[in-house]
Amino acid sequence: MDFNFTEEQGMVRDGLSRLVREQYDWETRRKAIASGAGWRPEVWAQLAELGILGMPFSEADGGFGGGAIDAMIIMEEFGKGLVIEPFVPTVVCAGGFLKHGGTPAQKEEHIGGIVAGSTVFAFAYAEPKGRFDFADLETTAKKDGAGYVLNGHKAVVIGAPWASHLVLTARTGGERRDRSGVSVFVIAKDSAGITTRDYVTVDGRRASEVYFENVAVGAEALIGAEGEGLALIELVTDEAIAATCAEACGAMKVAHAMTVEYSRQRKQFGVPIGSFQVLQHRMVDMYTAYEQAVSLTYLATLRLGSDEVERKKAVSAAKVGVGQAARLIGQEAVQIHGGNGVTDEYAIGHFFKRLTIFDSEFGNVDHHLKRHVALS
Amino acid sequence: MNLEFTPEEQAFREEVRSFIAENYPKHLADFGMREDMSREDFLAWHKILGRKGWSVPAWPTEYGGTGWSPTQRYIWSEENARASTVMPLPFGVSMVGPVIYTFGNAEQKARHLPGIVSGEVWWCQGYSEPGAGSDLASLKTTAVRDGDHYVINGQKTWTTLAQNADWGFFLCRTDPTAKAQEGISFILVDMKTPGVEVKPIKLLDGGYEVNETWLTDVRVPVENLVGQENKGWTYAKFLLAHERSGIAGVARSKRGIEKLREIAANETLDGAPLIKDFDFAKKVSQLEIDLAALEITELRTLAGEQAGKGPGPESSILKIKGTEIQQRLTELTLEAVGTYSAPYMGGVSNDNGSNEHPVGPDYAQHAAATYFNMRKTSIYGGSNEIQRNIITKMILGL
Repeated sequence: MDFNFTEEQGMVRDGLSRLVREQYDWETRRKAIASGAGWRPEVWAQLAELGILGMPFSEADGGFGGGAIDAMIIMEEFGKGLVIEPFVPTVVCAGGFLKHGGTPAQKEEHIGGIVAGSTVFAFAYAEPKGRFDFADLETTAKKDGAGYVLNGHKAVVIGAPWASHLVLTARTGGERRDRSGVSVFVIAKDSAGITTRDYVTVDGRRASEVYFENVAVGAEALIGAEGEGLALIELVTDEAIAATCAEACGAMKVAHAMTVEYSRQRKQFGVPIGSFQVLQHRMVDMYTAYEQAVSLTYLATLRLGSDEVERKKAVSAAKVGVGQAARLIGQEAVQIHGGNGVTDEYAIGHFFKRLTIFDSEFGNVDHHLKRHVALS
Repeated sequence: MNLEFTPEEQAFREEVRSFIAENYPKHLADFGMREDMSREDFLAWHKILGRKGWSVPAWPTEYGGTGWSPTQRYIWSEENARASTVMPLPFGVSMVGPVIYTFGNAEQKARHLPGIVSGEVWWCQGYSEPGAGSDLASLKTTAVRDGDHYVINGQKTWTTLAQNADWGFFLCRTDPTAKAQEGISFILVDMKTPGVEVKPIKLLDGGYEVNETWLTDVRVPVENLVGQENKGWTYAKFLLAHERSGIAGVARSKRGIEKLREIAANETLDGAPLIKDFDFAKKVSQLEIDLAALEITELRTLAGEQAGKGPGPESSILKIKGTEIQQRLTELTLEAVGTYSAPYMGGVSNDNGSNEHPVGPDYAQHAAATYFNMRKTSIYGGSNEIQRNIITKMILGL
């Protein structure tokens, strides 16, 4: 057992920490969110240049030989600055599908573009009625000659307005909610028959409803075996959960620090409110929840390569524990900031928003507690 | 970063596991409540470990420590929890021992450490007083210098298992004019000294685990002062940080959850095993998740200690979460047992000399008593509220 980071990992952290601190200041972020594009392609290009986008890919695939621990470090730093750029959809999700299920030709076609920053992905898995069940799909892919025809509606596809490509899930066989019959496809977003309705999310990102109407794709669009995609989806989303938990940890750390600092500055009854024990103990409980969340994030990340049951239990444990901590820390941070906590002006409210939406990504606390019970 | 065990660590686990299997006293394999145990029962495993050289793993090797890595210590506590062993009591091993080897003089080390290592000498802790609980620094027991002796007067309380103790370490006020935290000294007292009187306090579980300790004109040689006079508060805080880091009880709680699952598989609800009931299973999973988090938090803390940081304020987190989990575990066990949580077998039925088997399943016997007993954990060792004060000051900087 070893809880130390390597020297290279330390350098990645320091470099990113500097980038977020120096170039991701609050005003610039605010302007980017309000801009037409809604993100900062120049930051994305810079991340490519720094090797961040290629970090979790093997050298054979054209990356820099890192893995899940690197993704954790990267996402924790992003969380501290509420970075909105789509690292999880592009690098962790699409990258994960390509790494674990892609053919040499698919890897060849897409990984280079991800590493270079020229290909941006979104992962279209959710549906209006599917909730958190990856197999509950109404989107269909019907065999048509060598290829497929896609029809359906994908919900809240994070980062889709910025994406050049999509990875999507669709049913190639079986009944709705069957474990078998689920397949994964990779497709250019400008393919004929794809329309989107783009919008802003409450936590400052962009997303789309994506509609597929008789979208024809070739056999080369299928990732993994036809009808057997669910295990691959579970593996990749487990990796995405670990990375997203790390992002939440970064955001919680900053939200907590901001709250402690605010309690030191804000005076009522002639003294800093941080001198009140009733608030001190609440901030201690926030701190304890944060530390426990970090531990669960480590556990999930380090168990991604374990056997399936152990991996899923650790990941669900993290999503439950980090989800509960995110709820607690977000709400308490706003409460201790008082009226200022519910204004748009103060940063804390934006951390609260991100930590709130975190719970709904890849299954919420209830969903993962249920999965943990089923595996116990 | 990884969670894997090296082949050497796996071999160590095997070695430890077979040593426990071959040497742990058979009659202590399932000991139930520790109030039922004799002094010799308590010390049996400690003495065996003392002979093996494994009784004080965390100590520096020059005083008898094993030099094990944090991972080895983790494996050691896991294997002991697996076998439900009666571990050496903390008063000597984790409390006064580290104070003596850190702040004591050569003579004190030579005199006292070997008895702690071997398990021959039983120590107790004289900290709390009737008027000094969380506000420990307000303690009133005095030690007045008289020639080559201190004369100690006062009353200590919650003295755990003092009925068996050979020696005690006491916080006494040596300078009544100084501010609260100053003017306190750390003094070792032979419990057979005239004027030391131990009176049992009966607790909720029916057992006599703690005592009042009265000190009336107790004459103690000045060489029993540890470190400097009036600097005892520093040593007391050092001791509490050491106590807290071992207090999480992660391995024991893991074993406890396994036992809870066994009980809940045996109990039925609506004709099915209780553990298949989602409402109950959810509570067990939540506890397991909290414990998994604490386990990694403790390992991170141990890794930090190995990197040269002593047990710091982070140990307060281990104390708070560890005791919350221990309490929740006994609470869920009580719930799982259901109706048979009510019979009290330590009461009238045992007093009439009957050898009848207690009513209800074996696993129900101590469920309520253990639940009642474990309420102490969020109160002792600095209450969990005091731990929050420590984190406020030392980590949040407020």
